[in-house]
Amino acid sequence: MPIRRDSKERYVEVELRRGEETLWERCRACGELVFRRRLKENNYICPKCGAYFFLTAQERVVALIDEGTFQDLTLPLESTDPLSFSDRKPYRDRLREAQETTGLKDAVVVGRGKLAGHPVVLAVMEFRFIGGSMGTVVGEQLAHAMEQAVEAREPFLFVVASGGARVQEGVLSLLQMAKTVAVREQLARQGVPYIAVLTYPSTGGVMASLASLADFTLAEQGALIGFAGPRVIEQTTGQKLPPGFQRAQYALSHGVVDAVVPREGLKGELAHLLDILQGVPSA
Amino acid sequence: MPDERAIRILEEKVAELRRMIEEGGLELSQELEVLEQRLQQLRREQYAKLSDWDRVQLARHPERPRGLALVQKVCDDFYELRGDRLGGDDPALRGGVARLGDRPVAVLFHERGATPAEQRACRGGMPLPTGYRKAVRIMRLAGRLRLPLVSFVDTPGAYPGVEAEAGNIAGAIADCLATLLTLPVPTLAVILGEGGSGGAIAIAACDRVLMLENATYTVISPEGAAAILWKESSAAPQAAQALALSAARLRKLGVVDGVIPEPVGGAHLDPQATAQALREALLGHLEELASLAVEELLALRYSRYRNVGIRDAKAKTG
Ligand SMILES: [Zn+2]
Repeated sequence: MPIRRDSKERYVEVELRRGEETLWERCRACGELVFRRRLKENNYICPKCGAYFFLTAQERVVALIDEGTFQDLTLPLESTDPLSFSDRKPYRDRLREAQETTGLKDAVVVGRGKLAGHPVVLAVMEFRFIGGSMGTVVGEQLAHAMEQAVEAREPFLFVVASGGARVQEGVLSLLQMAKTVAVREQLARQGVPYIAVLTYPSTGGVMASLASLADFTLAEQGALIGFAGPRVIEQTTGQKLPPGFQRAQYALSHGVVDAVVPREGLKGELAHLLDILQGVPSA
Repeated sequence: MPDERAIRILEEKVAELRRMIEEGGLELSQELEVLEQRLQQLRREQYAKLSDWDRVQLARHPERPRGLALVQKVCDDFYELRGDRLGGDDPALRGGVARLGDRPVAVLFHERGATPAEQRACRGGMPLPTGYRKAVRIMRLAGRLRLPLVSFVDTPGAYPGVEAEAGNIAGAIADCLATLLTLPVPTLAVILGEGGSGGAIAIAACDRVLMLENATYTVISPEGAAAILWKESSAAPQAAQALALSAARLRKLGVVDGVIPEPVGGAHLDPQATAQALREALLGHLEELASLAVEELLALRYSRYRNVGIRDAKAKTG
């Protein structure tokens, strides 16, 4: 398979999807009503304007893992709300709402499966769950995923969709950065490859720890990649942000990622990389 | 905030009485003693009921001991190392070698600058990627030369600016963490003032983490949390309370190994005493850590960070 490189910056806007039950979904970029099945066939890219729709963690798994091979390894954990945190709304309520919206206990899915025939262990972040933020549960699930990869000696695939550390668990969230980095070293020690796929958004504490330490780093076209969010930068420094700032192409030209890949090419690109690591010719 | 005015008035009276005694040789020492006791009492009362938001103010106090001046009080013969060897040298994150007691150590610290010009250059103590790359360089040096690493943390956070993003600040922080967590020497961190988010933990993920009594350590500034979650900046005091950022609460959460008491009223009232307390605490922990074999040290560190928060993510039954 030829490696695809899209050098043109296609500014795809990635929109937050709501409502899973309808037959149709409205593209929030161009307003077009798209038949859900048509959207799925098109990798959740608007057929009219090319905007990328947010993928749920489950949709991401379906898009990357061979049918019938996925084994869910997510631990049955949920946050205990260690700080008894409450802002305008108690954290417990936010958790419950996110759990109802996503059907998940927290912002990540962990599993094992085959990617174009290659066994992998993967962790996929769920942005709809409090912005894909990392608290104690996400930290533990990521550690668990990497430990599974070490045990099975299978490549670890981390699909990032996270705004950063979870504010509501305070320093305990911050410390998950250290936790995930510590466990990442086990992969290195055992020679287990680690591939990160950065999507919209990959920022904050997750990006300043595990997501920045992969052996191979692919960015999905249109991804937002950085540490501080654009609004924080504008407000703190008064700086004007250059065009394309923190987007996938910007990350590529600043040496942060190895490739920018359009969504429809992601699985093929990953398969190609895994072929090389296996020493087998690419299909 | 405590009523500092009442304290100031009493302080002036004490000073005046001292002058009178010195100048006039008057026999007023008993009166002086009474007055000094009252002053201490008043300070204790005022500062006993500090809110977390009050502590945020103390942690940010412009006269709080920090940076090079404090490091030089805590350590002997600090020798600064400059540059990341990759094209830059950030004044906001400094380091070098020094003596602590009879032990050579490597030192890292955030710097906010002593003069206005320095303060501008340090961007309020917010490091650029080059600062974290210099930190990695000094960590590796510590590893090679078997020097324990002592890290003095005091930053509002890594610099949130275009040049920081262009230089991959996220990757620089991640590299710092990866290096620090596998360093084959004892590592010790003390949060002096503000322990702000990723910019702090990059050099704070150590074998032992200590805090000064009025320091703060937090995932986000109270102002940031107020803006994001409360949608109003005036909620910062509530956010400070909710974030559990004080030394006392973090000690209770098991995140911090020791809290170093400050002089009543804050470290800025007696930098020398603060430095002395800090030095003693560091020496004690260093001695404990130095007695461990490297393998044991690394195993303890791994288990500390591998398991952090594990009891806060509970298994759901059914
Ligand atoms: Zn569209």
